[in-house]
Amino acid sequence: MNSVDLTWLIGGPQGSGVETGANIFSRVCAEMGYQVFGKREFYSNIKGEHSYFVLRVSNKKIHSNLNDVTLMVSFDAETIFRHYDEVISGGALIYDSDLENTTSDEVHTLDQHFKSRLHKELEAKNKPFTITGVLELTKEKGVNLYPVSFRSILSNLADDTKNPKLKGLIRMFNVIGVSLSLGLLKMPPDSLLKSIGTIFAKKPKVAEINKKAANYSYNLATAQFNSFNYSLPGTTKEPHTILVQGQQGTAIGKMVCGCRFQSYYPITPASDESMFLEEHEILEIEGDRPGSTVVIQTEDEISAIGMMIGSALTGTRSSTSTSGPGFSLMAEALGYAGINEIPIVITLFQRSGPSTGLPTRHGQDDLLFVINAGHGEFPRIVYASGDIEESFYDTGRCFNYSDVFQIPVIHMMDKFMSSSVVTCKRFDPDKVTIDRGKLLDKIDGNDYRRFASTDDGISPRSKLGLENGIFWNTGDESDEYGHISEDPFERVKMMDKRMSRLGLIIKKIPKEDQIVTFGVHDFTIISWGSPKGPIIDALDMLKNENINVGFIQFKLLHPFPTEHTKSLLKDTKTIIDIEANYTGQLGQIFKQNLGRDVDYFILKFTGRGMTSTEIYDSLKKIIENKAKKREVLTHGA
Amino acid sequence: MALKLSDYKTDVHNDWCPGCGDFGIVNAIQMALAEINIPRHKAAIFSGVGCSGKTSHFINVFGVHTLHGRVLTFAQGAKIANPEMTVIAAGGDGDGLGIGAGHFVAAGRRDVDMTYIIFDNGVYGLTKGQASPTLKLGEQTKSLPKPNTNYNVNPIGLAVTSGFTFVAQGYSYDVRHLKDLIIAAIQHKGLAFLNVLQPCPTYNDINTRDWYAGIDQVDEAQKRHSRIYKLEDQKYDPVVHYDEESELNEKLSQALIKSLEWGNKIPIGIFYKNELISQYSERLIDKIPNYLENPPANQAISSKGKPITDVSKILDSFEV
Repeated sequence: MNSVDLTWLIGGPQGSGVETGANIFSRVCAEMGYQVFGKREFYSNIKGEHSYFVLRVSNKKIHSNLNDVTLMVSFDAETIFRHYDEVISGGALIYDSDLENTTSDEVHTLDQHFKSRLHKELEAKNKPFTITGVLELTKEKGVNLYPVSFRSILSNLADDTKNPKLKGLIRMFNVIGVSLSLGLLKMPPDSLLKSIGTIFAKKPKVAEINKKAANYSYNLATAQFNSFNYSLPGTTKEPHTILVQGQQGTAIGKMVCGCRFQSYYPITPASDESMFLEEHEILEIEGDRPGSTVVIQTEDEISAIGMMIGSALTGTRSSTSTSGPGFSLMAEALGYAGINEIPIVITLFQRSGPSTGLPTRHGQDDLLFVINAGHGEFPRIVYASGDIEESFYDTGRCFNYSDVFQIPVIHMMDKFMSSSVVTCKRFDPDKVTIDRGKLLDKIDGNDYRRFASTDDGISPRSKLGLENGIFWNTGDESDEYGHISEDPFERVKMMDKRMSRLGLIIKKIPKEDQIVTFGVHDFTIISWGSPKGPIIDALDMLKNENINVGFIQFKLLHPFPTEHTKSLLKDTKTIIDIEANYTGQLGQIFKQNLGRDVDYFILKFTGRGMTSTEIYDSLKKIIENKAKKREVLTHGA
Repeated sequence: MALKLSDYKTDVHNDWCPGCGDFGIVNAIQMALAEINIPRHKAAIFSGVGCSGKTSHFINVFGVHTLHGRVLTFAQGAKIANPEMTVIAAGGDGDGLGIGAGHFVAAGRRDVDMTYIIFDNGVYGLTKGQASPTLKLGEQTKSLPKPNTNYNVNPIGLAVTSGFTFVAQGYSYDVRHLKDLIIAAIQHKGLAFLNVLQPCPTYNDINTRDWYAGIDQVDEAQKRHSRIYKLEDQKYDPVVHYDEESELNEKLSQALIKSLEWGNKIPIGIFYKNELISQYSERLIDKIPNYLENPPANQAISSKGKPITDVSKILDSFEV
């Protein structure tokens, strides 16, 4: 079978169904056996601004997007203006022919910054500032153009079905675009119709009309479009493949590992997790009556963490999900959980800061903040997942860590992961274990001390409601009962007790759960979070050229696994730090702990996720000794 | 065996100033707990930060001394996760109506079945007497360099309009009356708010014990008239008896008007009580029918270290 590896891009104004279109396309490809990796980009806006979705489809395992777009479909002018130069020679552009005369000035959502760059480019090539202008450039590059009047499709469809209402149904432009694309790619049509049925399952009438439009457009493409070099005839399906989106890994992870309370305040890109949990709030429990996750939308993030702490004190596994601005508000209460040894899990979907920053764009610029957030000194765990599949299993780990070490755990996710759609192996709940540490369900005697001294610094934990287990908590320093104490010796005892668990954490968490090693070579990458996927694919590309570059993925970022890192990298000559921020925050921690400099940084802080193409290019430059110490990536509209 | 009042006291040293109104409130809480005989492990006191924040350390039930302004958030989280607990939140007027005002309003809307007691003394005592949200505009208590530049919050009025379903005011030197109010608040189905007027002998030299007692208000017969009077003595009926807009509006506006009384006559007692509005647990039951029988804190989540939550239906729907 021929290998397939192509990238499809769909764009349009926010609210026009770009995401639904992309969901249909992703589902069809996945059902036909392909692996997919998709990513959505959007503005902080409800309706009108440009959003787009890039989907890579392959019959081998893929973990990232590439720079090159093979097939682009657009039903608005803005998508063409913004993305025309991403389509490769030999690729294709399906577009709405009614847009040909549109000038760049007529597209009000094109911002001045972009327009001046575009005009400069067109001017240099002597082209008018119109869709026709950019189409000429595209054609000269060797891209196949497939003009279709989307409105005539609607009116023909209206005539054929004797339903004049269809003429104005421009909401179906997305399904038309998807169907034209699949027709061009010769994807068998059954799966398309089935996927439309699945996605509009709750609206059968809408499904019916969309199926008609899909059928019509698909047939139009197969009948009228010239042959195209790329096709998706279907391939062998990997058994137990699921198609999942961003926050579903952590959400389902929370259900499985027994999180029964989630408080949250709405924030992009984290709220979808809470809404998913609430949608599925009633849980099936093996051998028991139904369980439930209580999901509370609070008045702010301070309340979210306060409620979570209150709930955690009852022995309930409790969590919140937020992003940088919300986490900032939680800093004070984080210290409260620290000094009172309360197990909580904060799922942090990072976006670009500072302040509101790029509110709907990707970033990994919160690492140093999260490690240091809150005044005073207290232990915490900062743990990062690298992809959605991993995030399911890591969620269970984070809850175990919080229970076993009785500390707050911050589970680092990011916007790149949260707005990705990927195929992966079905999550396996049997691989999750639940360890509640020293949580008690019965106490005898009448001298319970919540913060009693023990050999490992961790005290048996009571919970609100437990007989003979009365305790006190306070944000002040306290004695073993939890009553306020300003005694200098008690202070030293309690600080030692709490801080000693940083060493314990490094000792107890298995090394393979601290750092995941993808080989160590003369050149070795250190990274964390979502760059994992693009790095793995870039390393594969280099391997094809017989170049081996190592990669170690940090999951445990605090406390830092210094000795393990040292031993892993002892023979490495060149260390390359890859992350989505300005200052190379992992590199800074690395230097602080190992006393060793990172040799190269590959950084991206445009708010767009990394592609394997740009990582490959930068690595090549480093290997060929042509790179700057700090390579900054900028791909993506 | 019935518990005695002494069973609800800890031996933690109390460092409040001599004559502090807080003592009366702590005593009243302990008396209320003893009178309704709540098992010690079934009650939890959450407190804010400030002098009143230490309250939880003096009462021998679960005690959670939280963060400044955040006491309601912790308390609601605990009550929602374990609805079998009797939860009392306590804090100062600066804590609850200044830094925590947003939580105050949100808690009213939520109506979780618990009690919130504000220790209302008009000053930030622990930081040496700055103006707190209930101090009147233009007043200058002892340690203020200049008169207060902010208008005061009306705690009763704010509670009534925020959705609290039980709103009352007590006076810390009338401990028996206060104890009865606390019992009524605990037994109320929904969120009960109790504002307690409480002289700060060190920093509030305006609203002193003598001032409340009315020693400056002497009539022709040289008789003193206390500023404090009881609503129940005036046959005031705070209860919303039936679910009609006219009844609700009447009881709300009556409470609002009463809440404005200050100066020569200050009412204490129950201003407003409405059990016809669903409390939060009922709203949860609408979505999660067995919430009360199997609340978050009681749910089994594992068997022999393995998860028992079955997510196969969700995963099936993701399978391609």
